[in-house]
Amino acid sequence: MSADATLSFEEAMEKYDPVLGFEVHVELNTKTKMFSSAPNVFGDEPNTNVNEVDLGMPGVLPVVNKTAIESSIKIGLALNCKIAESCRFARKNYFYPDTPKNFQTSQYDEPIAYDGYLDIELSDGTIFRVEIERAHMEEDAGKLTHMGGATGRIQGADFSLVDYNRAGVPLVEIVTKPIQGAGSRAPELAKAYVAAVREIVKNLGVSDAKMERGNVRCDANVSLRPHGRERFGIRSETKNVNSLRAVEHAVHYEIRRHAAVLDSGEPVVQETRHWHEDTRTTTSGRAKSDADDYRYFPEPDLVPVVPSREWVEELRATLPEPPAARRKRLQADWGYSDLEFRDVVNAGVMDEIQETIAAGASASVARKWWMGEIVGRAKNADVDPGQLGVQPATIVELAKLVEDGKINNKMATEVLDGVLAGEGTPAEIVEKRGLAVVSDDGPLLEAIDAALAAQPDVADKIRGGKVQAIGAIVGGVMKATRGQADAGRVRELILAKLGVEG
Amino acid sequence: MTETNSTQLIRLSAAQLAEKLAAREITSVEVVQAHLDRIAAVDGGERGVNAFLHVNTEEALAVAAEVDAIRAAGGAAAEELHELAGVPIAVKDLIVTIGQPTTAGSKILEGWHSPYDATVVKRLRDAKMPILGKTNLDEFAMGSSTEHSAYGPTRNPWDLDRIPGGSGGGSAAAVAAFEAPLALGTDTGGSIRQPGAVTGTVGVKPTYGSVSRYGAIAMASSLDQIGPVTRTVLDSALLHEVIGGHDPFDSTSLPDPLEDLVAAARLGNVEGMRIGIIKELHGEGYQAGVENRFNDSLELLRQAGAEIVEVSCPNFQYALGAYYLIMPSEASSNLAKFDGVRYGLRVLPEDGPMTIERVMGATRAAGFGDEVKRRIILGTYALSAGYYDAYYGSAQKVRTLVQRDFDAAFTVADVLISPTAPTTAFKLGEKLDDPLAMYLNDVATIPANLAGVPGLSLPGGLADEDGLPVGIQLLAPARQDARLYRVGAVLESLLEVKWGGPLLAQAPSLAASPVVDPAAMLVDAKEAK
Amino acid sequence: MAAINRDDVAHLARLAHIEMSAEELDRMAGELAVIVESVKSVSEAAGDDVPATSHPIPLSNVFREDVVGHTFTADQALSGAPDSDENRFKVPAILDEA
Repeated sequence: MSADATLSFEEAMEKYDPVLGFEVHVELNTKTKMFSSAPNVFGDEPNTNVNEVDLGMPGVLPVVNKTAIESSIKIGLALNCKIAESCRFARKNYFYPDTPKNFQTSQYDEPIAYDGYLDIELSDGTIFRVEIERAHMEEDAGKLTHMGGATGRIQGADFSLVDYNRAGVPLVEIVTKPIQGAGSRAPELAKAYVAAVREIVKNLGVSDAKMERGNVRCDANVSLRPHGRERFGIRSETKNVNSLRAVEHAVHYEIRRHAAVLDSGEPVVQETRHWHEDTRTTTSGRAKSDADDYRYFPEPDLVPVVPSREWVEELRATLPEPPAARRKRLQADWGYSDLEFRDVVNAGVMDEIQETIAAGASASVARKWWMGEIVGRAKNADVDPGQLGVQPATIVELAKLVEDGKINNKMATEVLDGVLAGEGTPAEIVEKRGLAVVSDDGPLLEAIDAALAAQPDVADKIRGGKVQAIGAIVGGVMKATRGQADAGRVRELILAKLGVEG
Repeated sequence: MTETNSTQLIRLSAAQLAEKLAAREITSVEVVQAHLDRIAAVDGGERGVNAFLHVNTEEALAVAAEVDAIRAAGGAAAEELHELAGVPIAVKDLIVTIGQPTTAGSKILEGWHSPYDATVVKRLRDAKMPILGKTNLDEFAMGSSTEHSAYGPTRNPWDLDRIPGGSGGGSAAAVAAFEAPLALGTDTGGSIRQPGAVTGTVGVKPTYGSVSRYGAIAMASSLDQIGPVTRTVLDSALLHEVIGGHDPFDSTSLPDPLEDLVAAARLGNVEGMRIGIIKELHGEGYQAGVENRFNDSLELLRQAGAEIVEVSCPNFQYALGAYYLIMPSEASSNLAKFDGVRYGLRVLPEDGPMTIERVMGATRAAGFGDEVKRRIILGTYALSAGYYDAYYGSAQKVRTLVQRDFDAAFTVADVLISPTAPTTAFKLGEKLDDPLAMYLNDVATIPANLAGVPGLSLPGGLADEDGLPVGIQLLAPARQDARLYRVGAVLESLLEVKWGGPLLAQAPSLAASPVVDPAAMLVDAKEAK
Repeated sequence: MAAINRDDVAHLARLAHIEMSAEELDRMAGELAVIVESVKSVSEAAGDDVPATSHPIPLSNVFREDVVGHTFTADQALSGAPDSDENRFKVPAILDEA
């Protein structure tokens, strides 16, 4: 397949104004499926988390999972939506082997939540409001594995295998209204929006929110129009963009591709595009056709969902604090400056830092490791930092090793590389690589401990970031060792001990 | 067991069998064996009734033996046995059963065994009622004659050249031919009541939602309802109480506790009750003999102290049209799952690319019969973009109008009455090429399905011109199924006094056929097709 | 309302995934035209003020508690499958690339 022509992003932005739209599918983490009592579990043996309902056997009937309804209402409330007084499920009719009944049970013209908004904070602190059209409930499809071709893709496959374990897993689809006015910040906004949705559903506890497992999946709609024109251009829908970085890249790419198509004088084709992480490009999927006549009609095997206002208010009362308030609280708790905190948010490691602190690290140690070490490594590996595989406990252990003077900071970064290479726990790697600091540090460390204990107020100042106060401690150590210690080394050890960067 | 005893046993009603079983005058094994013998004698062969698609000999006898053992041992276990324990039953082959094939009368499910039981089947098993087998039907219950079965038509025991009604012709014929004392049917537009009418048996469509649909292969979800097929009104009430009541596996199942239907059937009193003749459901278009028997019934009810009033349901004229939009629409979606991927038939296209889409298309082309295809295409049309409002949407509005007609009628009448079908049983093949004429058979039964109200058909005598059974239909408000049994039992007893016994006593004897092995019989049935 | 013709039937048959021969399309078009004609009065029967009824007996809020129930083994799940491999349902290729 030949590559599509693209313009540079800057040129595209000079000529055109992007309009975005997102459909984010959130898999709920209920114990059972949307319409059957089979378990909603990821990764089990194929076709074992199913019963007759999930396989669409003759004679079966669906029954709605109450927890899934509650989770959907919570998502709607967190997105500032109205909750429907009454809503129904419909059948979306189409034949596909991953769809056991050959129709998907989904809400159509009566979503459970509608007319909401989400305020998205961009990297420079700008707030951008994204309006939410609706959040509706539906069921997931099974999983197709394409066999026989070289690539494992649908193209060139000889046959496919179907596992229905995922069939019937509850989904909430969140649909935005057209997002206008993002301009050149469209790719950044795209990433920030999906990150915000992910954060919300994770905080609500209604989804495991792991993008790499498909718990949160994004379809990104992009269209361009010449500056000044009101009417929208024809859009493409890029399916299954399943990491935050990919969302940003896909929107970036589609803007450049659309611009080239429009520049050539051709119309944009309204179609589905497939995202390829390896080449960071999209390829043409399926054009909209008359086969898209889904013949929706109200699901006759289900009855209306009528959430009473009391029920909605009960659920509202259980909502955790909104992300903006949470950020404010976390920043205050952790004592980060505005700039430090924004960097953390933009790097997408706020949750990770919170977990690391919860695991026992100090706020400054957690930030040092995530921002100083892990984010950079993730960038090199081209994955989101959370996906690199660093566990909070690993960081706590590393910090402890440094604090105890067993290794120094430089060694600790080496140990981290070892952990990421799968060589074992930090302690094991220290052992294997022979990374322990020379035993000469032993008496020094004792002297440092004594000096810190003698001047606790100074120690606190240093911990609080006033590194210049370190002179008093260094002086104490030099005095205790009668000037035989290396002052530079002493300084390094004190900082490591206190978990402060020099 | 003597030949005479066996012949007597199969003629007993379920209530009579239950009584004798409880008194240990007879055993369940004897009863089951007598019915298996009858099936072997009359069901197979060139001119057999062909009511059964599968005979469940081994399991039925095992359940019967278990019941007999419990009764013989006595004590608490015997006390706790259900009233109908040991009384055998046949199940329409649209209802799924573990351990027996379920075909829905279609090639597309040939050989399929369900890994789960329908809720009603579970309840039969809980009551320890031996299941004799699975009965024939129009493919996916689509038809009014059982001629649309992929496994050959069922014959009417009153005249083997005539249809037994449909779609549940197998269940009705099995009961009429004394092959089973009880059967289960499903009724979407009359598939229990119309076969009841033309075979001289009793059939009940309960209030929508009062019997679980879980495990009944759906044709039209908002219309389908499982119900009893029997020879007496009391037997229907007894069976209705076994299968009825709330089921958490069916979201449309009513939470209401079941009424005391058996008591209503035993009460038998219509004094002071207002019984409404539906002006639109008799007269023009109804066979003279049907009209005459209908009038006889009115007269008997009047004599018994009922007040006969006339009601008008002007929107019933649109009911048939609305039904033939709603039913195929829902069916087109319900039948999409039959695609050759997960179960049932898979047919490969003869030429061209071998994609899954083509395999689905070839499978459905080969697996479905003409009537099923016709309804799927019609339903696809009624739901398609641009037509939804005019067809499906309008039909759902007519449904409201039909409900309003019923509401108004039930303000002046406690129960409504009409002939069940406009004619007696027609000849096999007579209407096969005229779908529209076939659809008209359901004109009197369809309104109840659209509105969800319960209906009962019972024998009203034989038409003068052809000597074939005529059905009388009673309709009650939703959740008032007990009224049907109360009025039905009175009318039945008055008619039986008039006839000097049950109407089926006048049916021709079928026993002349040679005894055939049930297994061989199934092969015969298929070859006959 | 437009009458139903052969092209309509061909389109509907594609949507419904039923392969039909030319002869079948012709016959079906004729039969459906008659049926559609006979039901068309339905579209004029009710005014705009009449609400639609999709359920004969109105119920609402029928839910199931989120408690795990029974499941099949892979063998049970695949017991009726026309074709299977590695405990999964096997289907022919999805795209036509022959």
